Amino acid sequence: MRRPPRDNEESTRGITRRSLLLGTAWLAFGGGLAARMRYLQVDQADQYRLLADENRIKDRLIAPARGLIWDRNGIPLATNEQNYRVVMVREDAGDPSEALEKLSKLIPMDDAARAKALKAVMDRAPHVPVAVADRLTWEEVSAIAVNGPALPGITPEVGLSRNYPAADDLCHVVGYVGPVSDYDLSRIDDKDPLLQIPKFQIGKSGAENKLELQLRGTAGNVRNEVNAGGRVIRELDRREGNPGANVQLTIDAPLQNFIQARLAGESASAVVIDVETGDLLACGSVPTFDPNKFVRGISTADYGELTGNPLNPLQGKAVQGAYPPGSTFKMVTALAALDAGLIDTEETVRCGGYVEVGGRRFHCWKHSGHGHMNLNLSLRNSCDVYYYDLAERVGIERISRMSRRLGLGERYDLPMSAVSSGLAPDKAWKLERRGAEWVIGDSLNASIGQGFVLASPLQLAVMTARLATGRAIVPRLVKSVNSTEVPLLDSPSLELNENHLRAVRQGMYSVSNNRRGTAFASRITEDGKRLGGKTGTSQVSNNRVNNRNVPWEQRDHALFVGFAPFDAPKYAVSVVVEHGGGGSKAAAPVARDILLHAMYGGYPPLAAYPAAARGNAQRMQDDLELRDFDALRNESSRA
Amino acid sequence: MSYLEYQIQHTPTGLRKILYLNWPVIVLLSTICGVGFLMLYSVAGGSFTPWAEPQMKRFALGMVAMFFVAMVPVWFWRNMAAVAYLISLLLLIAVELFGEVGMGAQRWINLGFMRLQPSELMKITLVLLIAAYYDWLDIRKTSHPVWVLVPVILVLIPVALVLRQPDLGTAILLITGSGIVMFAAGVSLWYFAGVIGSAIGIITAVFKTRGTEWQFLKDYQYRRIDTFLDPSRDPLGDGYHITQSKIALGSGGWTGRGYMQGTQSRLNFLPEKHTDFIFTTLAEEFGFVGGITLLGLYFLVLMFCLTSALQNKDRFASLMTIGVAATFFLFFAVNMSMVMGIAPVVGVPLPLVSYGGSAMLVILVAFGFVQSAHVHRPR
Repeated sequence: MRRPPRDNEESTRGITRRSLLLGTAWLAFGGGLAARMRYLQVDQADQYRLLADENRIKDRLIAPARGLIWDRNGIPLATNEQNYRVVMVREDAGDPSEALEKLSKLIPMDDAARAKALKAVMDRAPHVPVAVADRLTWEEVSAIAVNGPALPGITPEVGLSRNYPAADDLCHVVGYVGPVSDYDLSRIDDKDPLLQIPKFQIGKSGAENKLELQLRGTAGNVRNEVNAGGRVIRELDRREGNPGANVQLTIDAPLQNFIQARLAGESASAVVIDVETGDLLACGSVPTFDPNKFVRGISTADYGELTGNPLNPLQGKAVQGAYPPGSTFKMVTALAALDAGLIDTEETVRCGGYVEVGGRRFHCWKHSGHGHMNLNLSLRNSCDVYYYDLAERVGIERISRMSRRLGLGERYDLPMSAVSSGLAPDKAWKLERRGAEWVIGDSLNASIGQGFVLASPLQLAVMTARLATGRAIVPRLVKSVNSTEVPLLDSPSLELNENHLRAVRQGMYSVSNNRRGTAFASRITEDGKRLGGKTGTSQVSNNRVNNRNVPWEQRDHALFVGFAPFDAPKYAVSVVVEHGGGGSKAAAPVARDILLHAMYGGYPPLAAYPAAARGNAQRMQDDLELRDFDALRNESSRA
Repeated sequence: MSYLEYQIQHTPTGLRKILYLNWPVIVLLSTICGVGFLMLYSVAGGSFTPWAEPQMKRFALGMVAMFFVAMVPVWFWRNMAAVAYLISLLLLIAVELFGEVGMGAQRWINLGFMRLQPSELMKITLVLLIAAYYDWLDIRKTSHPVWVLVPVILVLIPVALVLRQPDLGTAILLITGSGIVMFAAGVSLWYFAGVIGSAIGIITAVFKTRGTEWQFLKDYQYRRIDTFLDPSRDPLGDGYHITQSKIALGSGGWTGRGYMQGTQSRLNFLPEKHTDFIFTTLAEEFGFVGGITLLGLYFLVLMFCLTSALQNKDRFASLMTIGVAATFFLFFAVNMSMVMGIAPVVGVPLPLVSYGGSAMLVILVAFGFVQSAHVHRPR
């Protein structure tokens, strides 16, 4: 277009003016961009650098190996078993359901398991390995490894899972582990990041639970660089954790095994204590359960069976149970009276079958009466009237104090679940808890271990150990941690008159060695291994006549406490057979067998039994199925 | 022919024209493209594939096209402006009918050897047309309402088509680019005041109609604006782009993490790291220094273009050069604002650096026009 020169000049001028305006505007905008860049990259750099690292660095915990638990002989009680499993990475597996189909031809996998595995795989990101099968045998793992090329994305893996080789034997002592639950997390104040690992195994009961912090160990840590999809690109840093401490218990596994087998069929418990050290050698309770089932995830049916069982297999009765100790308490009453100087050992009380106090008759178990009783005879015959008389004179306060001195009414700090504190009642207790005054009848009941008095089998064993030694034996369960011996607890003298103690022990000797003693049938005939003890039959129901014609749950509890060898006490035992009837029949023979087993470190020669009992003893030795601990020990040492 | 009015005896002829090209601009453009190759190599994890190598081929092709365009006298291109506009318009309509759908929008025509984005083409042909229009128009009629309405309609037709795809970024670029040419041509400032005023009104209307059946924008466009206004609202969803982009950029610091050391892009935290968000990688790896350098390069290009436009006494050449520079400016200004979180994510590439064939070719051809205007300027 031809344009007049004047127009051209005007055009150029206009364009120049506007261009300069434009250029200025652009520069201003560019300045704004530069300022923004500076703000982000210089002023805020630290913050964004932090965010960037948060983006790319993911920490992953390495679970430490859980500490092992051994018995005092080094027999493994809780181990970490290699657990072969199969993991699948979805993105490598092609069609996951087809891959599972192929896998199920190599290992047992039903449709339900396959559907569950498929869901687990599909729920996670494609690059995350997901366990699709667990607890495989070596043969199955080999089959998968051999078929590797045909199974892309599927690899066998080895992990650790808890195993209890002694199975049922120590279910109440060692307890079991299980995956940490939301409930656990809400209950415990533990900041350990390990607990945040899904399905991390923590102790749920018993020593596994109480020694959790020692057994668990500390977490290791892997620092990974990940991409936006969460895939690990490379490892930046690795810090190994510390495995948990190995714990050795004072338990003697073969003895424990014998006790469980011997008690089987009853609802019963027995405790054996080493009177020299306070070591808990055995802590049996039946019925039992298999802790391995809990580790693997117990089925609802199995669990229902356990909770529905009236014999209560889940309860560790040896420490959790609290029973009226019955006549096994009589040593306490006797010592209370002797210590107070209110009687001497030869003073007699006449038993006419009952006493009348406050308008009520208190009967002796022998309604016809025992006649004149001194301390020794009263223990031998388990005369009740003798102790009623003592109780009237001594009073409950002194009895209660003596029972505490002998270890009753005290909760021992043992790493076991729900350790019972029992009850050593006194006037203040009754006023506070029952809102009533103590009456003399309460004292009479307490004097023979009835009424308010409660004791656990553990406490009874401690009492027996204290009677046998005159020292304040305190039980312990942990022998060593990581091969460092746990120091023995102090056992100071009870400050009891040795003559009084000797008289009481002599009474206990008569119980099982005098022809007329209540436990004479359950004596040990081997010299140097003789046993002193006391039977107990504690009333469960008030209106029973004999034990034959009443329902099981109303029958008396049968108890026995004892120690052996009498001359140089080593073992103290307590046995409680719930609703077992009389202590001399149901509990004393068990206690005798246990003591013999402990003293001989296995089955004793039949000669240790009185002639009349040898037949039964032989039958017992033939019938009981004991665990082969040598095989167990070898297996674990091989692993 | 119109060149007769100029003293063109000094205008170089034949291959001598090459000596008279605006070489600083060529060097600057090549440098910027070089930065692009560097970054594409880096985001691919130190590999020429899949991005750097094709980009280099397109650069070579684009340079050849630029030289070719530069050799042809600028008045030929002025005369072709209307034709080019019509072709672009037809291609836009074709895209509407046969286009391929990508990222929720119809943008491409597959030519077999490359995918053509007619909207990219339109960005430059529209500038040519508006410049040619004001060259043709009597200078006294510049601000006459009727003669202002004509280019407005010429702009709004492709804008409407582009918005239908829908491609808000390109629509904004088309309007603003043409607007700048009209501004440079001397259209009364009152029109611009009016347009800006009504734009504010329209934006208000756009938001007011949201959620109703006749809402102006697609839902995803609304979300992008929401996200822009508050990226922290949905940091892993729609806000992810901006949040991650700012993290990568900010973590670069003064001098950056070093070439190929940018963790955020290498680990895929950055979305579209090779296209619209490539600047974040550059800023992460080379830091503030790197970012400012690129910005400086861009501004040097603008400076040389403006100088060339002011030296040029031909009205078309000046306006066209300013228009190309404006479009170039809009590309990087919008892109950088977007990745730095001061503008919504509208899908505008970083010129000559982002991976993409159409954009690279179109920009280099556009600078071909600028070179042609420079070589054939009246002396």
